[in-house]
Amino acid sequence: MFKIMKNILSIIASIFLLGSITAKADVVVASAGPMSGQYASFGAQLKAGAEMWLKDTNAKGGILGEKVKLVIGDDACDPKQAVAVANKFAGQGVTYVAGHFCSGSSIPASKVYTEEGIIQVSPASTNPAFTDKGGPNVFRVCGRDDQQGEVAGAFLAKEYSGKKVAIIHDKTAYGKGLADATKKNMNKGGLKETMYEAFTAGEKDYSALVSKLKSNGIDAVYLGGYHTEGGLIVRQMRDQGMKTKLISGDALVTAEYWQITGDAGEGTLMTFSPDPRNNPEAAPLVKKFKAAGIEPEGYVLYSYAALQVFEQAATQAGSLDRKKVLKAMKKGKFNTVLGTLSFDKKGDVSLPGYVFYEWSKGNYKQL
Amino acid sequence: MDLAYFLQQLINGVTLGSVYGLIAIGYTMVYGIIGMINFAHGDIFMVGAFIALISFILFALTSIALPIVLLLTLLIAMVFTACYGWTVEKLAYKPLRKSFRLAPLISALGMSIVLQNYVQAAQGARIKTLQPVIQGGFTFLEDTGFTVSLSYLQIFIILVTIFLMAVFTLLITRTALGRAQRACEQDRTMTALMGINVDRTISITFIIGSSLASVAGMMFVMYYGVIDFYIGFLAGIKAFTAAVLGGIGSIPGAMLGGLLIGLIEVFWSGYISIEYKDIAAFTVLVVVLIFYPTGFLGKPDIEKV
Repeated sequence: MFKIMKNILSIIASIFLLGSITAKADVVVASAGPMSGQYASFGAQLKAGAEMWLKDTNAKGGILGEKVKLVIGDDACDPKQAVAVANKFAGQGVTYVAGHFCSGSSIPASKVYTEEGIIQVSPASTNPAFTDKGGPNVFRVCGRDDQQGEVAGAFLAKEYSGKKVAIIHDKTAYGKGLADATKKNMNKGGLKETMYEAFTAGEKDYSALVSKLKSNGIDAVYLGGYHTEGGLIVRQMRDQGMKTKLISGDALVTAEYWQITGDAGEGTLMTFSPDPRNNPEAAPLVKKFKAAGIEPEGYVLYSYAALQVFEQAATQAGSLDRKKVLKAMKKGKFNTVLGTLSFDKKGDVSLPGYVFYEWSKGNYKQL
Repeated sequence: MDLAYFLQQLINGVTLGSVYGLIAIGYTMVYGIIGMINFAHGDIFMVGAFIALISFILFALTSIALPIVLLLTLLIAMVFTACYGWTVEKLAYKPLRKSFRLAPLISALGMSIVLQNYVQAAQGARIKTLQPVIQGGFTFLEDTGFTVSLSYLQIFIILVTIFLMAVFTLLITRTALGRAQRACEQDRTMTALMGINVDRTISITFIIGSSLASVAGMMFVMYYGVIDFYIGFLAGIKAFTAAVLGGIGSIPGAMLGGLLIGLIEVFWSGYISIEYKDIAAFTVLVVVLIFYPTGFLGKPDIEKV
């Protein structure tokens, strides 16, 4: 009995060893984000971008003649799970991670990547602390919430001067960071918020919050949070007969927002980088995505671009060695679907900042 | 203004509490009859919400009138969810009935994970949405500066809850089935000797609990319009708290507990801080349990095997 067990165990062990050996033969890159849970639509965006990049790159013969393998990690936007995913990637011999999505996941995961020497480029995590406190291997191709808060704060102070604005957030790294950045800039612009409240992400009932907003006669609500909560809040505001405008950040850039709100979402404002879909260089790629039945909304092209950076940095370095690629990333210029970009010392990207979009009839358009 | 605001929060709280109460009844009935906490009950509620959503989407393709759609969806959700509840009991609890006390509890936690993953695999990990089925409502106290709104949907939820509460309380107190259930509660062996089919009675209890959870699921999907495979967890915890607060084992207690939890959450959010509303609800639970260890309406002398 004991012997059989031992044999089985050794077979299992050898299978695992074989698995990891074959995996190490290729270049392994990873895409990580919330593939399940309530923010799964963003995980799907990152995955779609990464998979398209993989197809394109391997069709061209891989990077420096090496075939590329993509692994997907699901962190469900949970900090603990993000660390587990990062450790798993380290075990799988991942060189380069395009992820994670939520700042609350990206920041703890980056500690693991720094220890393991894995390069991390987030397509979407906007919390300033991510690169401010991150290691030398941490980058992002999206903007920062202090930039986003500056745009939103100035807008609120100007458009709603003398009116009542409420600032609410979901207590996550992203939500609170963005709400506080906006609050600071709005106060600087001479407007003091009437209400400042926090709620718990994942709740469905916001009726008490909505009644509170109503009794304070709020004219505009600024939300630091994600589309599921934003959608429910706007829907419940309309249910209680409020016409208050919802203004939020880049975590609303998914068609799922409109699925939740329906017509209640009409007129919602959000800040996001200039839409990469409108870049002339991105046109052929956008067409390709649409042919594959994927709308390259939100962060799809960002995920694609984060991986393009790896491809070009490796080519410029002439090596797949992590240290050499990292060096190339620090000083190189990269021609991506987002435009030509480079990174500063912290790892922030040199791309234009934020502009306002308005949701109307199921789509968002730049103001 | 203040009165209007109070009234509005009261409406919010009663609606939320009704949903909690309906789920809590399932916990309380199962505990009453077999002395076990059915941790999979929150997930049965989630399954009910998905079935109601699927049914609404299918009916949206037809041109059946709204009241009939509501009634049919209610029936479909109740029947299918009851099947799930019945199956869970048959598979996970019945074989363990004679084993030690913790076994069915662990089995219940396992079933909870199984149901969550099953729905995730079958329906996908993304949220599912439903546009409002019933729109509009009343507004009153307009002249005070704060308009109180009461939607038709809220009225529907509260009325259906009261109706079901009344029906099931009558069922327990006035029918042969209810008598059999109460007998099982007191002494299962003796009940069996009296010629009552104990297994059948327990199955029926699970069926009733599950169909009530499915009604709560249907209300949830209509009221909030967004569901995912994970909603059962949070709702289950809240409803379980409600059941304990009201006195686990007592049906009016479950309803009372549900309403109390709903009202505490809403009034705490409305008058103090939204951030710590869960702490408020659980603190009240602790305080109540110190002074009434069996909850408000629980029987003090419950002795279970």
